[in-house]
Amino acid sequence: MINSILILAGVGLFAGIFGAIFGIGGGMIVTPIMTIALGLDIKYAIGASVISVIATSSGASIAYLKDDMLNLRVAMFLEIATTVGAILGAILTGVLPAKVLYVLFGMLLIFSSWNMLHKLRTSKKDAEDTVPDELSEKLKLNSTYYDQANKKQVDYKVSNVPGGFSMMFGAGLASGLLGVGSGAFKVIAMDTIMKMPLKPSSATSNLMMGVTAAASATVYFFNGSIKPEIAAPLAIGILLGATIGSRIMQHLQATLLRKIFIPVLFLIGLQMFLKGFGVNFG
Amino acid sequence: MTDEEKKKHDEMTEIELVIGHVLRIGVITSAVVIIIGLVLALITGETGYPAGTFPTTFATIFQGVAAFKPFAIIMLGLFLLILTPVLRVVVSIYAFAKEGDKLYVWITVIVLVILVFAMWIGYIGK
Repeated sequence: MINSILILAGVGLFAGIFGAIFGIGGGMIVTPIMTIALGLDIKYAIGASVISVIATSSGASIAYLKDDMLNLRVAMFLEIATTVGAILGAILTGVLPAKVLYVLFGMLLIFSSWNMLHKLRTSKKDAEDTVPDELSEKLKLNSTYYDQANKKQVDYKVSNVPGGFSMMFGAGLASGLLGVGSGAFKVIAMDTIMKMPLKPSSATSNLMMGVTAAASATVYFFNGSIKPEIAAPLAIGILLGATIGSRIMQHLQATLLRKIFIPVLFLIGLQMFLKGFGVNFG
Repeated sequence: MTDEEKKKHDEMTEIELVIGHVLRIGVITSAVVIIIGLVLALITGETGYPAGTFPTTFATIFQGVAAFKPFAIIMLGLFLLILTPVLRVVVSIYAFAKEGDKLYVWITVIVLVILVFAMWIGYIGK
């Protein structure tokens, strides 16, 4: 038992460091390692991974809160959609066969690698003129944040609330089903669909991950899918790793590292996808 | 931004700082509890439970914690970690109420109810 605890703490440490450097949650890294390399049941891997999502989200949110970039109202309103989605996802994980989970996880990784590539190629212009819809006025979602890079206060408006709300339901579903933070989907909902600036979108997405993961984690906790011998060393490893990772990050060329990481993510995704169809490597 | 909007925004900043404290205390407390449980398991070489089993209900977890069973302590720590974002929601209800924003008190209460519902789903889904 001592060996497996130390191995899992090591996996968590690795995932925490690289998750922070590549700007993705630890969940996308730990689940492939636990299932493909360590041969653990994917359901227990997902249960443990969702715990690590909470750990990293809470840790990162503390940093964001200081920077005053969160939109608490947007977070709270959209959490209605993500938590319902997450519960549904957690129920589905218990019912769906493992091979379906492998295929879906593989697709998520392949999508994420494409999404990272897309982000590297297009540089987004912030604070465009957005036409707010009626709902965003009623729900008081329009807000402001201080841009550190440009040293100015940026006021912004929010549009297409129903579209963002639906996308968030999907993000919650993916989060509960696969034990990931689904930060990419959340940022797409706020940044692409609701036309929020990227910085408050990322900060708000990070805060929402914790509450979303808490919804599915409670289901997993009480139905016995969270095994203490797996989840505990992993969570501690990730917490420590994420702290180290965010320190290292400041001294690194993140863009270059991400370029290296994209094909790796794609290949792992392909491997998970094919494992779902019974094709194994190595 | 008008003066009134500015004042509202400053109030929100204050609320966000309180939430930051809640998150930090929650994460540190749960990490400490989990580490105590892990160290205890490593030292004694025992989990306190038959192989392959662990407590998943409030009653069995607290009984186990009282008896210093390593896996019960770990489960308590993991539950505290899950509770951290939930506590964040509870603090937000108070914060919105203090600000007199009834609409968001209700929206936040709905989120809390959904989270409690998740617990029930977990229990019956065993």
